[in-house]
Amino acid sequence: MTPALWPPTAQEIVFLLLSVVAVGSALLVVTTRQLVHAALWLVACFGALAGTYLVLTAEFVAWVQVLIYVGAVVVLMLFGIMLTRAPIGRTADLNSGNRVIAAIVAIATAAVLVTVVIDGFRTAYTPLEPGTGSAESLGGSIFRIWVLPFEALSVLLLAALIGAIVISRTDIKGRE
Amino acid sequence: MHVVYPAVVAALLFSIGVYGVLARRNTILVLMSVELMLNAVNLNLVAFDVWLRDQLHGGQVLTLFVIVIAAAEVGIGLAIVLAVYRNRQSIDLDRLRELSEPTELSEPPSPNGAQPVATKVTTGGGPE
Repeated sequence: MTPALWPPTAQEIVFLLLSVVAVGSALLVVTTRQLVHAALWLVACFGALAGTYLVLTAEFVAWVQVLIYVGAVVVLMLFGIMLTRAPIGRTADLNSGNRVIAAIVAIATAAVLVTVVIDGFRTAYTPLEPGTGSAESLGGSIFRIWVLPFEALSVLLLAALIGAIVISRTDIKGRE
Repeated sequence: MHVVYPAVVAALLFSIGVYGVLARRNTILVLMSVELMLNAVNLNLVAFDVWLRDQLHGGQVLTLFVIVIAAAEVGIGLAIVLAVYRNRQSIDLDRLRELSEPTELSEPPSPNGAQPVATKVTTGGGPE
């Protein structure tokens, strides 16, 4: 029943190409020496991840990813870079001194996770059916079953918005 | 689609995010690395939702919720970063050491972050 892992099907080849783009640009995000370039590589990474969601038939999540991550979060990051007067161009001190330890920890994490995941899901296979992640089915699911967390989350988003405004305004003083 | 492909890609992205959080000095770059880790989790959620054929679409709905929480987190985080920058004129994580344990090495802001952190860990656990 389960097809062999090799050779990959066309869907898997597209998925692997997109994930190579995602992982490569993520590596550039954490290694580049220019702050603005890191934000722009983040766009490439999030865009490729949206593509992988599309391959996995999660269309609605893919477009939400494009709208919120690529559209809003990266723009917020660029605003943050701009407002903190970060050096534009090559800067030497973007990395802290414990790079080597960080690399060791990251490689150890990757080794453990990849080993466990490959061992656990070697035979797991699912045929992809288009339409299961459409806006219609997902919207019905949100507003029928998950409506309480949805409303709680909207209140949380409002609270975060007000909190960000209060923190970033300078003319609001604390109580003496 | 084998589930092992998205799972391995998510594990790699998560590890890259771990490296970024530990190795970067600029606070905004650390926030970007946290976003990478959140995205790795999102990819896992979508893949397992598709694999398990959840009728309630729990995985994809949770992905949407995580995206919303990430947006709120970035908003609050950048507001805090801006407040720190306004007070200190610097957002280098290595120089924000006011809450660390008082050690003899931590007083001058050292350009090398590894050494004071190591001494702080060894002296912080013992009795004063």
